[in-house]
Amino acid sequence: MKRLSAGGRIDRDDVRRFTLDGRTFSGCGGDTVASALLAAGVITVGSSIYRRRPRGIVTADGSEPNALVQVERWPSGGPAEPSLPMTTLELVDGMELSAISGIGRLDQAPDPALYDRKYIHVDVLVVGGGQAGLRAADQAGADGARVLLVERSPALTGSAPAGVEVLMRADAFGFYDQNYVLVLERRTDHLASPADRGVSRHRVWHVRAGRVVLATGARERPLVFADNDRPGIMLASAVRRYLEQFAVMPGETLVVGTVDDSAYATAFAFAEAGGSVTAVVDSRPDPPDELTSRLARAGIELIAGAWVNGTSADPRGRINGVRVGHRWFDADLLAVCGGWDPDLHLWSQARGSIEWNHAAAAFVPGAAHPAQPHVQCAGSALGVVQQSWRPQPVWLAPAPEPDLSRWHDHFVDLHRDATVADIFRATGTGMRSLEHIKRYTTIGTGRDQGATAGVNAAAIAAQALGLAGPGALGTTTFRAPSHPVTFAALAGREVGPLADPVRITPIHPWHVRVGAVFENVGQWKRPRYYPQHHETMDDAVLRECRAARSSVAMMDASTLGTIEIVGPDAGEFLNRIYTNAFAKLAMGSARYGLMCTPDGMVMDDGVTMRLAADRFLMSTTTGNAAHVLDWLEEWSQTEWPQLAVTFTSVTEQWSTVAVVGPRSREVVSQLVPAVDVRAEVFPFMTFRQAGLRLGLGGDMVSGLVSRISFSGELAFELKVPGWYGLALWEAVFAAGHDLGITPYGTETMHVLRAEKGYPIIGQDTDGTVTPHDLGMSWAVSKAKHFVGKRSLRRADTSREGRRQLVALLPVDRDARLPEGAQLVEPGAALTPGSAPVPMIGHVTSSYVSAALERTFALALVADGRNRIGRTVVAPINGAAIEAVVADPVLYDPEGARRDG
Amino acid sequence: MLLIRCPWCGDRPEPEFVYGGQAHVPYPADPESLSDREWAEYVFFRSNPKGSFAERWVHSAGCRRWFNAIRDTVNNDFLAVYKPGESMPEALR
Repeated sequence: MKRLSAGGRIDRDDVRRFTLDGRTFSGCGGDTVASALLAAGVITVGSSIYRRRPRGIVTADGSEPNALVQVERWPSGGPAEPSLPMTTLELVDGMELSAISGIGRLDQAPDPALYDRKYIHVDVLVVGGGQAGLRAADQAGADGARVLLVERSPALTGSAPAGVEVLMRADAFGFYDQNYVLVLERRTDHLASPADRGVSRHRVWHVRAGRVVLATGARERPLVFADNDRPGIMLASAVRRYLEQFAVMPGETLVVGTVDDSAYATAFAFAEAGGSVTAVVDSRPDPPDELTSRLARAGIELIAGAWVNGTSADPRGRINGVRVGHRWFDADLLAVCGGWDPDLHLWSQARGSIEWNHAAAAFVPGAAHPAQPHVQCAGSALGVVQQSWRPQPVWLAPAPEPDLSRWHDHFVDLHRDATVADIFRATGTGMRSLEHIKRYTTIGTGRDQGATAGVNAAAIAAQALGLAGPGALGTTTFRAPSHPVTFAALAGREVGPLADPVRITPIHPWHVRVGAVFENVGQWKRPRYYPQHHETMDDAVLRECRAARSSVAMMDASTLGTIEIVGPDAGEFLNRIYTNAFAKLAMGSARYGLMCTPDGMVMDDGVTMRLAADRFLMSTTTGNAAHVLDWLEEWSQTEWPQLAVTFTSVTEQWSTVAVVGPRSREVVSQLVPAVDVRAEVFPFMTFRQAGLRLGLGGDMVSGLVSRISFSGELAFELKVPGWYGLALWEAVFAAGHDLGITPYGTETMHVLRAEKGYPIIGQDTDGTVTPHDLGMSWAVSKAKHFVGKRSLRRADTSREGRRQLVALLPVDRDARLPEGAQLVEPGAALTPGSAPVPMIGHVTSSYVSAALERTFALALVADGRNRIGRTVVAPINGAAIEAVVADPVLYDPEGARRDG
Repeated sequence: MLLIRCPWCGDRPEPEFVYGGQAHVPYPADPESLSDREWAEYVFFRSNPKGSFAERWVHSAGCRRWFNAIRDTVNNDFLAVYKPGESMPEALR
């Protein structure tokens, strides 16, 4: 093996060094790793995945099954990447590689590279920059269309047509509805030094095309015979490409085994380059005269009507002999051609039909799918040129000695070490479908996805099943991606902090500055608690709860969904959506509302205020705001278009601060000097429009002050236009300073409401809970209709024994039930032999209560209200924790604390 | 990656829309008069045909309006789109 001194499309002056398994090699500019190794005398590149047989470079393209490599170091930067074919990997000076015998390794270090995507609309997308692709692009561009051509290798076979956008190193891998095609562009892997900051390593192009031309070419097929996997056996067109493109001769003594005309060019090129061609073995008894006479002139023996049926190897595994019939020939290189398969992967993803063409001895494209008509194949992907090469395939060449055990040395899928024996075992067990045979044998599931194996497998299976040929079995279904694509490339920029938008309130910087610990509520960052002096969460929550119930505390409630509902029919609309009455809610009043889905299950709740006859401000749970807005729109647009009402999301237009506790009035009165906040003139569940004094140079900020409480304590909610949120918070904090006002987070908020038995929709409910289950029959109007009402008297929703919301008091006052814990009857046997143990409910919320000085929980329990006073058991990690069922309102059931 | 024709905005890609299930299943005018079975058919039962299907979509990342469509469930071909309140195209009934 050697590099020829002249010829090839390489730059001999551009020396590029690389290491493979620690050994240093050098190649030229324009080399692939494979061509550089062949030039350096290396053809054996590893051992096979299961059988550990020595394997060599087989192809000169991406269908390579053996020569896979792990790039340990890219000179351009980027993570170590496994399973790349040496045959397409551009050689870069300074690359460090290790050979892979079947399976690569993932780099465990964080990936430093950037990945991104771009969207593009074009009139014509041409896939493939070979001659057919360039011709199609040229024609389309000449008609004035916007044309994009994508080519997976670094070079076109001709010059780029004028006016055509070209992407090199860009591989189309997915074809979706209506000509939506994904293309992976490798932008920096070929660079000798790191790219500029911000330049992405890989880019996924999302292309929407008016029409698509698939000039994807055709792939040569190997031959199947005994020991057809030895190093030194290569595709005939690969041998020719190594000679012509890379000026590399991959051996010294060549035998060509072929079933059509195309491989003769390899014999001639090899001889012209100074190599010795022992013989051309042609399956056809009568090859064309123009080829046979040229062979004769070159002094190359022709063996017609015959095929290779075995090989021998030197001690290191490389072939040194080829058997035809009973004759042996010396050879260290065997070039095989079993025919040519049009590359129909993308065509098939586009639902184009595929049919067997006998003259081409290949699967060729048929008609486009009627729902996806604007796609066509071009060039050798059409399967026409193959017909001109007059193929007569020999799908399976048995060894001359009919020895059944030898089928396991006839390889079909080199990457998977799958053989003819595997196919016969599949058909022998009764499999008839190629999909079953594929999965049973794993043929076609390797890195090349069956590029070199698929049609041979179909042909051999067809023979075993007594069918006419591969056409009778067809192909397996092609699915995107047509070649491996990394998750990193698909994720693009949407990783880490960009994986999901982060929403914060205007008060957020204050929470951060004082060291609040945050939790995610939907996409929002909400303070969960405000630890002081290295408190644990439990201690912080106890302190915050005590402050809320004994003096005054404050919370950022800006994340709650807020929807403005406007129009003459706004009240009527709310009447139909909420379970309780809203049409006659007085202006200046607020009301708690519950909404259900048509199946009667609670969907959301919140407090809604009436600002004017035709204007309401609805609040929703934080995580449900977008869903509720969509829900309102759906009913308005599709069921009640005659109601004049509009909906606007105003969550971000308001900032809200809750001021809570028996001394909250003293704080709030400082901010709204013009409002009399005494209970006798400012009733619960009412609100005022007011000017708030925020200390911003004298002017008051217009906002809303309301008496709404989620804790059962005297409480106010102050609302100002969004951008004043931080100023409002700081003003409240300053006004409460002398009272030791305590900021509190979501954990404390959860405890305070749970002590009052208020459910949180989505925590204490799960879409299977009705208002009656929650003990909220008072909120279910008997007079008016609302969405879900009819479902509340279905047999299943009105039966006895439904799970109802109750409180649980663990018998051990310090025992904390995990949220989600299942509940069983006391005395239920908890052994594997007694399974399944009937489950009578589960814990939905669980806390330590400062006010009650004990643990407690909320739970949904079958027939819960009738179990009050009785015990249930939570089996936790082998222990049985007992708890007594109680009414869910554990704290201040009379509601005496509400007015302060 | 369907290209869906919003009646107001024109052809837009699939991720801009949310699917809304079968079309022309109106909320019953008088739910209280329906038997449990009749009511359950409204709440829980929807058709699932192979072939042409009248369904609803909402252009949630665009104009946020609901509309109807007739789509072939086998090959995802959209045969028609029409606004709420408009009747199904004659030829496709």
